[in-house]
Amino acid sequence: MMNDIGLFLQTAIIMGTPMLYATLGEILAERSGSLNLGVEGMMMTGALAGFLVGTTTNSPLLAVLCAGLVGAMGSMIFAVLTVSLKANQLVAGFVLTIFLSGLANLIGSGYGNSTLPKTFTSKISAIHIPGLSEIPLLGPAIFEQSILVYLGILTAVVLWLYMNKTRFGLSLRVVGENPSFADNAGIPVTLYKYVHIGAGGFLAGVGGSCLTLLIVPRWMESITAGMGWISIALVIFALWSPARAVFGAYFFGALRGLVFKLQSAPITISGKAFYIPAQILDLLPYLMTILVLVLITLGKRKENRPPLWLCRPYFREDR
Amino acid sequence: MISIQKRSAVSLRQKLPKQAVAILAALVVGALVILLFGHNPLAVYKEILSGALGSRYSRAQTIETLVPLLIMALGVTICYKIKFISIGTEGQLYIGAMFATYIALHLKGLPGPILLPLMLLASVLGGGLWCLLPAFLKVKFDTNETLVTLMLNYVAIKFITYLQYGPWKDPNVIGYPVIPQFTKNAILPDVLGIHAGWIIALALLVLTTVMLYRTKLGYKITVLGENPATARYAGFGTMKLTLLATFLGGGLCGIAGFIQASAIENSLTASISGNLGFTAIVVAWMGRLKPLPIAGFGLFVAVLIQGCAYLQISMGISHFMANVIQAIILFFILGSDFFINYRIAFRRAGEVTA
Amino acid sequence: MAYIELKGITKRFDTVYANDGIDLEIHKGEIHALLGENGSGKTTLMNILYGRYRSDGGSILVGGVRRVFKDPADSIKAGIGMIHQHPDLVDTLSVEQNIAAGMGGGVVLARKSIRARIEEIAAQYELAVDPTRKIYQLSVGEKQTVEILKTFYRGVDVLILDEPTSVLAPPEARALFENLVKIKARGCAIVLITHKMHEVFEVSDRVSVLRKGRMVYTAPTAETTREILTEKMVGHALAEQVSAHHAVAADAERILRVQGLSVMGPFGQPALTDVNLEVARGEIHGIAGVAGSGQKELCDAIAGMCKVHEGEIYYHDKDITRLPIARRRAQGIRIGYIPEDRMDAGLVGEMKISGNVMLRRADYAARVFYSEKAARAYGKEILDAYKVDAVGPQQPVKNLSGGNIQKVLLGREIGEDPDLLITAYPVRGLDIGATDFIFQLLRKKREEGMSIVMVGEDLDVLLEQCDRISVMYHGRIVATFDADPANKGSIGACMAGAGGAA
Repeated sequence: MMNDIGLFLQTAIIMGTPMLYATLGEILAERSGSLNLGVEGMMMTGALAGFLVGTTTNSPLLAVLCAGLVGAMGSMIFAVLTVSLKANQLVAGFVLTIFLSGLANLIGSGYGNSTLPKTFTSKISAIHIPGLSEIPLLGPAIFEQSILVYLGILTAVVLWLYMNKTRFGLSLRVVGENPSFADNAGIPVTLYKYVHIGAGGFLAGVGGSCLTLLIVPRWMESITAGMGWISIALVIFALWSPARAVFGAYFFGALRGLVFKLQSAPITISGKAFYIPAQILDLLPYLMTILVLVLITLGKRKENRPPLWLCRPYFREDR
Repeated sequence: MISIQKRSAVSLRQKLPKQAVAILAALVVGALVILLFGHNPLAVYKEILSGALGSRYSRAQTIETLVPLLIMALGVTICYKIKFISIGTEGQLYIGAMFATYIALHLKGLPGPILLPLMLLASVLGGGLWCLLPAFLKVKFDTNETLVTLMLNYVAIKFITYLQYGPWKDPNVIGYPVIPQFTKNAILPDVLGIHAGWIIALALLVLTTVMLYRTKLGYKITVLGENPATARYAGFGTMKLTLLATFLGGGLCGIAGFIQASAIENSLTASISGNLGFTAIVVAWMGRLKPLPIAGFGLFVAVLIQGCAYLQISMGISHFMANVIQAIILFFILGSDFFINYRIAFRRAGEVTA
Repeated sequence: MAYIELKGITKRFDTVYANDGIDLEIHKGEIHALLGENGSGKTTLMNILYGRYRSDGGSILVGGVRRVFKDPADSIKAGIGMIHQHPDLVDTLSVEQNIAAGMGGGVVLARKSIRARIEEIAAQYELAVDPTRKIYQLSVGEKQTVEILKTFYRGVDVLILDEPTSVLAPPEARALFENLVKIKARGCAIVLITHKMHEVFEVSDRVSVLRKGRMVYTAPTAETTREILTEKMVGHALAEQVSAHHAVAADAERILRVQGLSVMGPFGQPALTDVNLEVARGEIHGIAGVAGSGQKELCDAIAGMCKVHEGEIYYHDKDITRLPIARRRAQGIRIGYIPEDRMDAGLVGEMKISGNVMLRRADYAARVFYSEKAARAYGKEILDAYKVDAVGPQQPVKNLSGGNIQKVLLGREIGEDPDLLITAYPVRGLDIGATDFIFQLLRKKREEGMSIVMVGEDLDVLLEQCDRISVMYHGRIVATFDADPANKGSIGACMAGAGGAA
């Protein structure tokens, strides 16, 4: 039983990792005022790029890096359209997802049977820390994970510091809340938007590559299966904060893990079998996100609300 | 150095050539991508056209794609008119379809002419309520409706899957769980070789246009959308008006769900939308929230979707290529808006032109 | 030698020239007043110097070197700072975060040293504000203080202030001007954008006048006169107007009675406190006060646009405090409203004139269908009656000039035959012709028995137009006077917070 729960927690964290990356990325984009609905597509191209580079170079570092770069390239389409050409963000994001997932599936159709080299898998699979990982319950979850998992947490910490402790982070918040003020203060609004949309794409790509390099681990058609959309929900769930994103991602990861578990067996609590339909669990993340959205608008703290200029184009000479 | 100015008014004559250039550019870029995947772009484009418009059958298919697309685009247009930025078309479609399906499965004894209108009404109610929920949250708590409607899409789709695996599972089908097939009286009949949804779509196009431009309700909706404070001053009852408009908008998307379930799928599945809900949002924006341009642009997109789907059959090109081509064309049209709405002047830095 | 030289600056918005070949020189150690009517292009010109707008022609020289400011970051680096008319800050961040945003320096925000420096500057210029408070907790005046602190924090050689006194009470404005003189003494160049004549003579060393996007006059302030400046500003000499206020009899019929009215602002802070006001039949009742003293809330409350916390509003003797607007007409309540921002709560800019004039009739003129034909006929009627310069009722309101927009709005409101008309800043931003037209119209309506509440910012204008004047200060009406020029001093004192007896 203890072991089961330990393993479950371990799985939850692994499952949450791709979403964690994508969520952190989307937090950056949304903080700059850009609601990029292309996350699903960017994750998918990242997943494919990571896989292809991984199989050919056998280097996890290169694989993850390329996945990120491809994601960032995809996000640049969004940035050009919405920042420079002032196109509607929702439409641009939707079309970006159509485009990138189409492209990834098109290119990836020949690689369904490829596998990563054995040596690659061993480089990226769980680091086993002797002693610590044998701690019951939390041991495997915390001390027996892939480098990608730890890197995800590290990214969250770094981004939290970036957003709360650096002047760039302050400027980023200002751009998302009031671009006109940012402009007057000499903050390069366009540059900030481009950089953070790009960073968002990079992280979405990295998140996608976690699927093909670590979790599945191979390429399959439409591999992200809605994870990009959940990540957008997660951004809200985390109230646009990288620290909360970690817990949110693992929590949603646990829900997803539970979905897989329930498809095979019901939960038994003290001998009684409880049947919870997997699909209901599947929709929980979305329902809870709506609840969070309502709660933050009920709350008095304005700091928790969505960035004020989310989804609005900014043109300096508008009066 | 570039100087950019917003234009206050844009005439059709300024607009059309630029849009034509955008589509041309898109076709060129699309051609390059097609070439890159080892196909002949001209042949592909020709196949798209003939696949969408070449035969009586293909034209019917195109119309059948256009029907839900147009109806949902009109639906979100009503929402957008009051600045209720819903992206919940998919969810509203599914809940509309679900309500219609409930009627179809439980009142199957009724004759078609009674059953079908009942299903239609149920779908309006379903889609409308699904849109009313975020609208209520918005007027009551000022909750961001874009994010809520996005979430509600997935809630709806997962819930349909749940019905399919659980309570509504057809006990007579062994193996993969499905919701029972509709009886014949619950299926929209064909009129002139195309399912009767086209009549509904046409009627809704006329009704929506009349509603928006010729009725007091449409007038109030316009005022509310353009300037809520003014609407409040005029005593329009802005909260009630918001709820009514969103109900209508969601209701239209619900009707699209009823048509897809009844005429296309003859049942309810979690894939009846074929992502048309999202495409409808694109169509509504591109048509600038005006019914006739929306119908025109909707037809253009329907041709694209249908023609691209045909590629798979005729040339063995993956349907993902269709997505890519569509997206490229949409990117360019989306980008061209900027060049239509802004005036761009180039001059050397510091140069005196006055 | 001039520190800043603007040469041939031209800027157009769509098809309108906001600046047309403007030359201007600004010297260090001087306060340069930039005078002009609303819409004459003062703010646009300074926004170009500040790098916010890109000019369509002309050049900028700083210290004799040609500079191109692509955005404010460039001009800030060149030592130019600008304080905009309406404080524009980030509500959810603290004062110190707002001040530090966009500043160079190390990667890590050094909160302690930022705070210390803010406190140092605040002490130096005698500006007081708590650096840890969030902006949404501050008043308008405090927000402006933050803006000024922000500029000083960056260090400036050239400070541009866009109508800074419009949100300040007279003593606060005087303190600001004293500070400007101190700053000037340190070798800073200051540009003061204003349309108030007395400010020019109070503080400036040189003055330039803009009219309709062109530079029409520049002179040392000591060598010019009010008359010259006025003539340059409006293009012709003004006739001296005399006050023609009617005394209001103590037993005159009361159209409006406001008793103990309290209204809460958006964050639960009191916006109006215990306001009492009586308006007689056939009276123009002025409301004086510094902007943001509660005028908007008072007008909104009477018009039924905001929630009343405490107190009553009587129309004739009917309590309308909580009567929704939608039900007012049916109950015979005839109140018209010309709000402060006509495009915000009054008109729909994107809509045609025809649609706009139907706004208050839509509900009783139609059951289901909306007739564009009827709307156009009525629109035409208003265009003719008020001599509106428009192509026709099918023209969108936003394409009209300010004066014509105001005429359409007045036409619509008067068309509903109100016996009480609330007007907030009815001539703000209008040219002389439209201003005269509107004041004449209002006086004529008063003769016909209409009661008018007129919120104004310029005390001289109010004294000219009104019969009585009530003064607002911090959400209260502190006193009511006869609109006699002899009361000007006391009214001014009340505006600054000296509570006087009526």
